[in-house]
Amino acid sequence: MYSNIKELLILTEKENKSLSEIILLNEIELSERNKEEILDDMWLRYEVMVNSANKALFESADSEGNLIAGIASNHYNYIKKSESICGSLINMAMARALSCSEVNASMGKICAMPTAGSCGIVPAVIISVAEEKNKTKEEILKALLVSSGIGAVITKNATVSGAEGGCQAECGVAAAMAAAGAVELYGGTPQMAAEACGLALINVMGLICDPIGGLVQIPCAQRNASQAVNALLSADLALAGMKCRIPTDEIIEAMYRVGKKLPMELRETALGGIAATKTGKMLGNFCDKY
Amino acid sequence: MNISIFQVAGPVMIGPSSSHTAGAVRLARTASRLVNYEFDYVTFGLHASFAETGTGHGTDKALVAGVLGLMEDDENIINAFYLADKRNLRYKFYKINLEGMHENSVKITFYKGDKQLGIVCGSSIGGGEITINQIDGYKTEIRDEYPTLFIRQRDKEGIISFITSILSEYKINIATMKVSRMKKKENAACVIELDEKIPEEIIYRLEQNRDIYSVNTINM
Repeated sequence: MYSNIKELLILTEKENKSLSEIILLNEIELSERNKEEILDDMWLRYEVMVNSANKALFESADSEGNLIAGIASNHYNYIKKSESICGSLINMAMARALSCSEVNASMGKICAMPTAGSCGIVPAVIISVAEEKNKTKEEILKALLVSSGIGAVITKNATVSGAEGGCQAECGVAAAMAAAGAVELYGGTPQMAAEACGLALINVMGLICDPIGGLVQIPCAQRNASQAVNALLSADLALAGMKCRIPTDEIIEAMYRVGKKLPMELRETALGGIAATKTGKMLGNFCDKY
Repeated sequence: MNISIFQVAGPVMIGPSSSHTAGAVRLARTASRLVNYEFDYVTFGLHASFAETGTGHGTDKALVAGVLGLMEDDENIINAFYLADKRNLRYKFYKINLEGMHENSVKITFYKGDKQLGIVCGSSIGGGEITINQIDGYKTEIRDEYPTLFIRQRDKEGIISFITSILSEYKINIATMKVSRMKKKENAACVIELDEKIPEEIIYRLEQNRDIYSVNTINM
């Protein structure tokens, strides 16, 4: 059994199994469900992710009090019409992340991954890499197992709540999960997946949670897009053989400690960061109060 | 690892917030099932964060959707006000201070016409989890995690053992149980969380006892 990344990696070596196999076996034991039931359940969730990643690309999810209506379709149109700086993979990943955030903000259906506020990052990365590399359903499921298995380890040893640990704990952890999943999807080793997870967290260490008006919109949608890119680049760095030097478990612990040190104003209270700017406060005041 | 991958990959829900939206739907739905009133008017007293950032998170729509019986992942939550109109359900929101309660809390009052039927207070405690803290003045601790019985009975010796003996007859294990009363020898209530689903037959048999006033259930 495992309770951190190191133990998870030791198990893959000892049992000569992949990360996704170890995570699946653990889930079978924990939930008392069989492999097929678990994979079917995961696929249903993936379908929700795909729908939310596509929906706002084509129609703006306009609704009352939505400050981010139209951002996903705007970005998608940009990719279709212009030569972008970052190219299609990164831009499509960003558009998909924005779509999930927009759907979430407009009371549409999403799958929290690990939270509702960060629900765009893992879908954006997994869908975009799978599409680029023509990956099969089986391979996608393995990547999702790795992403959520890594997320479970971080949940156990740190936090995935913005109110507790800032944005680094929500969107940052989602990027770490997505990076590990992308490495799995690309055929990297368990060690590379762990490095990708660590690299993504290093890249985002200290990021505060400062939603305008306390709403899951700005900068949450933009952070979903940027953390999807963080996940992709962290996966590439790890696949190229980069080592973090700091063990992943220690990085997770550091993230947790930094989160605990963040003052209350910078943890989802809308009292700091961009939420506390003059314009941020003005935008945040639009919502009717009883 | 004792944390499920589906605690990370999920829940599938209607956004934007697991506590202000998904939790609010679940809270209101659980409340209305526990009292099972035939209501046509309901008021929601919004406490602290539910009142302050509720509108932007769709907490108002989520609460109405909940009393209409919708689930957390129902895409009709956004149309809750329209659905309520269609079913002739009236509703009202107001701000309230519920001393000592979690900041995402609500006081739900059910009415039929002008007549007040009952009051339920509860909180959305994060990640879509909830607790029901009070039903018609009885203190409770219901989390909507197990099949649950909410029984109102006369405060009289032997009633509790009558209830538990029926459960044991059907080999249903009790996870938790809490009994409270308004006044000695008068009104009392109990909340029983169970490990198994509650068969209809049990409800029928409990209702036959004239010292039992009402039996309501949440069956998972």
